[in-house]
Order: sequence, then structure tokens, then C-alpha cells
Amino acid sequence: MSQELTCITCPIGCRLVVERTASAGGGRDPEGELSVSGNRCPRGAAYAREELLAPKRTVTATCRALASQGSRASQGQGSARRIPVRTTAPFPKERVGELLAAIYALEEPLPVARGRVLIRDALGLGIDVIATRSLG
Amino acid sequence: MRELSFDAVVIGGGAAGMAAALELEARGHAVAIVEREERLGGILAQCVHNGFGLIEFDEELTGPEFAERFEEKVGARPIKVLCGCTVLSLEAEGQDKVVSCVSSAEGVIALRSRAVVLAMGCRERNRGNIRIPGSRPAGVYTAGLAQRLVNVEGYVPGKDVVIIGSGDIGLIMARRMSWIGCKVHAVVEILPYPSGLTRNIVQCLRDFGIPLYLSHLTTEIYGRDRVEGVEVAPIENGALMTAKAFRIPCDTVLLSVGLVPENELSRTAGVTINPMTSGPWADSSLMTSVSGVFACGNVLHVHDLVDFVVEESRRAGAFAAAWLAGARPGREVRVKAGSNVRYVAPARVEAGRDNKLYLRTMIVKNDALLEVKLDGKVLLSSKKNHVQPSEMITLKLGKAELAGAAELPDASIEISIL
Ligand SMILES: Cc1cc2nc3c(=O)[nH]c(=O)nc-3n(C[C@H](O)[C@H](O)[C@H](O)COP(=O)(O)OP(=O)(O)OC[C@H]3O[C@@H](n4cnc5c(N)ncnc54)[C@H](O)[C@@H]3O)c2cc1C
Ligand code: SF4
Repeated sequence: MSQELTCITCPIGCRLVVERTASAGGGRDPEGELSVSGNRCPRGAAYAREELLAPKRTVTATCRALASQGSRASQGQGSARRIPVRTTAPFPKERVGELLAAIYALEEPLPVARGRVLIRDALGLGIDVIATRSLG
Repeated sequence: MRELSFDAVVIGGGAAGMAAALELEARGHAVAIVEREERLGGILAQCVHNGFGLIEFDEELTGPEFAERFEEKVGARPIKVLCGCTVLSLEAEGQDKVVSCVSSAEGVIALRSRAVVLAMGCRERNRGNIRIPGSRPAGVYTAGLAQRLVNVEGYVPGKDVVIIGSGDIGLIMARRMSWIGCKVHAVVEILPYPSGLTRNIVQCLRDFGIPLYLSHLTTEIYGRDRVEGVEVAPIENGALMTAKAFRIPCDTVLLSVGLVPENELSRTAGVTINPMTSGPWADSSLMTSVSGVFACGNVLHVHDLVDFVVEESRRAGAFAAAWLAGARPGREVRVKAGSNVRYVAPARVEAGRDNKLYLRTMIVKNDALLEVKLDGKVLLSSKKNHVQPSEMITLKLGKAELAGAAELPDASIEISIL
């Protein structure tokens, strides 16, 4: 059985063909039993395995900024009302909805520095949510 | 009126302008960057998604992070940055260029320099450019404007969305709107293939089960005060099948129908525009038709990856620096777009050195062949696993390959995708 996937690890977007060999026995143990072709680099093979078994996505979003007294934003310079954020690593796809709810519940005082951890160990999965821009 | 003098003035402080300015400064020139917004970074500030910098930083960053890293590099160098300052005109005065700009803080300022780098980026095509009939209700936005509203200002433009055009900004916005709780009902594309990057089709549509209607035309936008829906009809064998038209209810329409280099300013300065790219015509050193005026990034031709913008802009900065130091291009050879190639940028190569070219194809094909001919004789051919219009193709033409060209008078190179 073969399946087609598009690698999204980098912008090249290689088209991958994943073959499940007969011995895969329901696909429980894929190492060595999934053969991946069409990838221009090893990350493509790793992506195919992960996408079929435990899909993950880097989540990017914005959260609410609370302008502090005297900050640039409160004086109307720089109109940013939202702080851009991202996960520090790809996040399990089926829990993205819960993660977004946690991000939208944040209210962060300004100023904020790029890289500041806004949620540590999100949903107990060992991944942080950080600010992606310095504001205020 | 205040007048300031520099060796070079860079117009636009996005990725392109910052990269070019850093290169000029590194070669010992006094440089200024003029940016209309309050902060450097350009379009990157609103691109809060990841997918930037894999080539440049070997790391997957978001747009704001990529911008801020460059902003820090610029801040660490003696580069004059004029933010909140809009350039109104560019004129040549003898050997000098005069850039006139206006800022609310300083009023009108004139910047005098010998070299200028154009880095104004691009703007979005809008409803007028694509002529969709219907009334003019509220709720129709370009995708980039919606991106700015959502990501920077925190407004939600609507709840039920249809996206017209499958350009990258529209795809990215399909995911963003879904993640903020809106329902994206469809992406409608007139062409038989998507115009955005494949990974965006995967990550932004398939993940959310958003239907992509290829070969479909939006025949009407409904609604009196507010958008109520769009009517869509398939195109089969080149004919619009009005009998098969259907309606998709929505309160918001996002247009993602392409980008156009922002060249109003270039035109007023007498810069010749290449109709295929809508950007300035450029020689092998990325110099426009006006001596001493260079161009790079989205103002030259629309790029899909910021890494390519930075690479090209560094070269533009280095070429501008060399020009300031008295270097002039050697023997140049014309480059033409051959079969299945929409354009090649720049349109000249220099025979005596390595050249880097960007090209866009008009076709979608697996196992394609890139062929470079010099006066009809094949110079180089290389296999491409997959080509499509949304993915820019890069090409290096080395000194060795071009050795023959130097001898031929009036030689021309033609690049085709077969
Ligand atoms: C929505 C979107 C999503 C993208 N997604 C990705 C992605 O996932 N990965 C990736 O690698 N690339 C992506 N790109 C592409 C890449 O980010 C851009 O091509 C690149 O940032 C463009 O840089 P630039 O400097 O040429 O233009 P810009 O960033 O547009 O900068 C031009 C600057 O010039 C200024 N300016 C214009 N006119 C004047 C004037 N008259 N006076 C003063 N200043 C002026 C503008 O204010 C602006 O700041 C995306 C692009 C867009 C639009
Ligand atoms: S296989 Fe490698 S080169 Fe191809 S898209 Fe994936 S990461 Fe990029």
C-alpha cells in the first residue's frame, strides 16, 4: 500500500511516496517498515513517519497586549494591540484547539521582549509559548 | 527644508532594504534607510506564521522574529534609519540623486546621495484589478489587509469567509481565520492549479478540510450593505459553465489574487519598467535604467521566500557599493525568457563572473528540464523534480559556462523549461 504526502518541513515541499511493506502488521511499528521516497533530505522521511503516526504543527497566533503606563503603545506610537506568539516546537495536532484557547486567554503587559515565555509547559506537553516580537 | 547627504539611500525598510543597507555599510559607505512605517520590518511584521529563515538562519522563524533579527543587525551598525518617513519623489540631479521625503516629526527632508536602492516591496491586487461583478457591499478585503487587521490590530473582519484566489496570503489567512474561530467555506481559484506554495495548501487548507475549487470563476459577489454570498461557476475546457453555477453564503470575502511591485515612485524617477515582472528592468548588477539606482526584493519582482529576497538584496547592496567605488559591469549578455518561462530576473548576465538568476515558470510539471541556450546552442541543462508557477526557480550561470559568450557580439541567452 502506498500513500502520497507533501513534506512541509521546509518551503521546497517535496512530494513523498510512503510504502508500507507487507510486514508492517497494521503499521504499529513503522521504523524500517515504512519506506519513504521523493524526499530531498532526511527530514522528509522523518516527517512522513511522524505525519502518519503522531502529527504535529507549529502553532502561531497572537495574544492580547495590555499597554502599561508610559509605554510606547499606550501613547499611541506603534499601533500594536496584539503580541505575536508561537510554540517553541511543533505541537500535537489534536490538542491545537485547547492550546489556542489558552493563548487567547492571555493578557500580557507591555513591554514584552522577543522570546519571553508566555506559557511554560503548555498543557503539560513540555512545549512553551513565546513572544515573537519585542513590543512596547 | 533639511538636507542630509549620504553615499547611498535605501528606500523601504523591509527585509530587502535592511539587507541591502547592511551590505553597503559593511563596505564602508554612509547609508540611510527611509521607511514609511514606525518600525523596520515591512510586510514581515504582519506575517506572524512560521516558515521564514530556513536558508538565512537555518531555523524556522516567524515573520516578526526574522524582521527583528535584521532590525538588530541594522541597529548595531552606524546606519541612519528614518522611520515614519514617506518618500514622495526621487530625482536625478547631475551625478546626485535627491530623495524627498516627509515625516510628521520632521516635515519635508531631502536626502542627497550618489546611489539609491529601491526596496519598496509590493502591493496587493484588489477587486478593481480582477473585475468581479456585483454590488459594493462591506466585507470585501484584500487578504493582506485582513492579515494586518487580525494579526496587528486585533480586529476580526467577519465570521463566514470565502477566499477568492489561492495565493499564499489567502491560504495563510484561511488557517488564521479558522484558528480564530471563523468558518472558511471555500477557496476559489480560476486556474487549474493553486497559485500558492504547496505546503500552504497542506497546512492551511487540508488540515481544516477547506474545499479548494480549482478552475472556478467567481461570477458575482452578493449583498447590499454587507456581503451575503458569492456565486461561483466551473470552467470546463475553457468555457464558463453558467448552468453549473452555485452560491456560497458568507459575510466576508478575502481577495488573494496576486501582488504587484510597488513602482509609482520608480516611474516618476524615469526608471523603465519590465512589463513581465512589473518591476524595474535591471542589468546584471541589479541596476535599473537610471544610472546609480538599484532595485531588489519585491519591488523588483515578487518573491515567495524572504530568504531569496535577502540573498538578492545583499547582492544589490554589494553591486551598489562596487558602483560607488567606480566599478562598472563588464561584457553583458542579454537573457530572454524562452518556452514556458514567464520571466528571468535580472535580464542581463555579466560574462566575466558568476551570476545568479531567478525565474518563474508558467507550467506545472514533474521531471522537467531547465535548458539554457546561448545563441541557440545548449549551454546547460538540468533536471528539476517538479516545477510550478508559485515556486521560484534559482539558477547559477558561472564564469566557465559564459566563457563562450564573451567572444560573441550581440549574443543572447535563452532559458526554457521543457
Ligand atoms: C502575506 C505574506 C506571507 C508570506 N509568507 C512567507 C513565508 O511563509 N516564508 C517566506 O520566506 N516568505 C514569505 N513571504 C515573502 C516575504 O516575506 C516577502 O517577500 C519579503 O518580506 C518582502 O520584503 P521586501 O523588503 O521586498 O518588501 P516589504 O517587506 O514589503 O518592504 C517594503 C517596505 O518599503 C516601505 N515603503 C514602500 N514605499 C515607501 C515609500 N514611498 N517611502 C518609504 N517607505 C516605503 C514599506 O512601508 C515597507 O516597509 C510572505 C509575504 C507575504 C506578503
Ligand atoms: S524532504 Fe527535505 S528538502 Fe524536501 S521538503 Fe522535506 S525538508 Fe524540505
